[in-house]
Amino acid sequence: MPGSTPVSAPGEELAAQAALPAPARRRRRPRWLRNIGLIGSALVLAAIVLAALAAPWLAPHDPYFQSLNDRLLPPYFVDAERAVPAHPLGTDNLGRDYLSRLLYGARISLLIGFFAMVVSGLIGTLMGVLAGYFGGRTDTAVSFLVTTRLSLPIIMVALAVVSVFGGSLEVVVLVLGFLLWDRFAVVMRSATHQVRGREYILAAQAIGCSVPRILWQEVLPNVLSSLVVIASYEMAQAILLEAALSFLGLGVQPPLPSWGLMVSEAKEVMLFEPWMIMLPGAAICVLVLAINLLGDGIRDLTVPEGRA
Amino acid sequence: MSGAHKSGALLEVSGLSVDIPTEAGVLHAVRDVSLAVRRGETLCVVGESGCGKSLTSLAIMGLLPPSAQRRAHRLALAGEDLQAAPARRLRALRGDRMAMIFQDPMTCLNPAWTIGNQLEEIFTWHGKGNRRAAHDRAVALLERVGMANAAGRLSQYPHQLSGGLRQRVMIAMALMCSPDLVLADEPTTALDATIQLGILQLLAELQAELHMGLMLVTHDLGVVARIADRVAVMYAGEVVEEGPARTVFTAPRHPYTRGLIDCIPQPDRMVPGQRLGTIPGMVPSLVGEVQGCAFRTRCAFARPECAADVAPRHGPDAHMWRCVLPPGMLERAA
Repeated sequence: MPGSTPVSAPGEELAAQAALPAPARRRRRPRWLRNIGLIGSALVLAAIVLAALAAPWLAPHDPYFQSLNDRLLPPYFVDAERAVPAHPLGTDNLGRDYLSRLLYGARISLLIGFFAMVVSGLIGTLMGVLAGYFGGRTDTAVSFLVTTRLSLPIIMVALAVVSVFGGSLEVVVLVLGFLLWDRFAVVMRSATHQVRGREYILAAQAIGCSVPRILWQEVLPNVLSSLVVIASYEMAQAILLEAALSFLGLGVQPPLPSWGLMVSEAKEVMLFEPWMIMLPGAAICVLVLAINLLGDGIRDLTVPEGRA
Repeated sequence: MSGAHKSGALLEVSGLSVDIPTEAGVLHAVRDVSLAVRRGETLCVVGESGCGKSLTSLAIMGLLPPSAQRRAHRLALAGEDLQAAPARRLRALRGDRMAMIFQDPMTCLNPAWTIGNQLEEIFTWHGKGNRRAAHDRAVALLERVGMANAAGRLSQYPHQLSGGLRQRVMIAMALMCSPDLVLADEPTTALDATIQLGILQLLAELQAELHMGLMLVTHDLGVVARIADRVAVMYAGEVVEEGPARTVFTAPRHPYTRGLIDCIPQPDRMVPGQRLGTIPGMVPSLVGEVQGCAFRTRCAFARPECAADVAPRHGPDAHMWRCVLPPGMLERAA
């Protein structure tokens, strides 16, 4: 018979695999402990979330209670002489306790950020994954919608919507949710398109998987790391936009204690009491930074090569 | 469900064509291919890159890219017409009654799931049993395909396995539901030469043990000689010769088959420094209408009548070839 392939020792490969160590589980713990950004941001975010949840118990005062006798009291770190123990972070120009308003403000920011992210994430991911998987006409349609969406200025749309429906928490969530899905769609589309060409998709079809199952089981887990990053970015983005909209009077309405609204209210006395604008500003900054760092850290953990 | 059909073949393919529209015209990637695989039989499909071997197997599975068009007189698995079957029925057949092993084990396992997850998924997806049963079956099969510490391996991710081990996992995956037919598309091409033989021996053993039909697509004739019952030689999208392995190897009737056999290096009969056999020329373009024997541009025996379409000729023991040469010509030349 022609064609004698060189005969290998069949035991060779088996011996090599037996010499491998058992699945190394030891490496799992240090991997995420080593990531300082992840740990730090997770702790900060956890603190903010806890503060928001426990606001009724933590806040020393009712955030809506006005006392015109106590208006514009400075916090301890600004003027220890005039500060009073009852208001450690001072009071605003209506005499409301600033610490209480900041704590309750965290609720507004987190609520709007989270739900706007969920709404836009659902819309954008669905569209992006379908466009990336099916390509062709679906892709053209989704690309057209993305282009349409990108040509709408968020502030103008918000202005129009608020003037029709009035500003409220729900309106802000929906406006942001329906306006922030473009990045989800674009990133999910290209990530899915990449995964679509992999042989394991073909292999999944070859074992008889249906399309929804392939999207859910094969595609989604492999685009999850990009999704997490985009989701964190969009949540931060939504929080910033809520602050901006509230600052412009297009977002949540007074007297709700939104951080953006607090910045807006403080700008009238900005030159005399700069701390009033700095406190909510710093709060927004820390929250947004923590969310972004957390997203990056989780991305590092969830890339498939990172699991072990 | 089996044995009711006339021909007795597990897989019947007759007159299969795959056309792919391109900018330059229609690419006739697979042209009038007829094959049959019986239960317990190994059919090897041989040919060089781009001759339509892989497309043929994808067409049988119904997994062609959307732009490709499939036509066939008959395409049936165990008597059941695959062309008429609805998508739902096809999904039920795939993975359960017919399974496929792909070329590159590095990319056809999903990196996001453990191999245990992926093995068990097929079993439960096709309703063969609960997770417990799936787990037991996965362990048993991994042991059967020669993996040490099979139970421990189930919780590993694909990137933790070597290429050879992944291909063993792919084989185990194809066998999870004990299919009647396994299509293996160059299962060893992406592997080290030292591991190739082990994988092929394993496939041949399992095929005999489980009495499956095996269609092995390869470009390695050495492989074919070892494990094939029947051989189909493909050239330019066409089956140019098909028959029992022994007949095709000892008395090939198509010059292309002869050329392929001459290309196999034979260490005992060659002197060091001797040039290895090659077939001169290039595969013709399959865009547009293809007339006559596609091999005639490279064939040492080409005649004027080769430019007309060559009807298949049939010899004893189901030997088929598409060549106008009278018997004996090739032997004298070699």
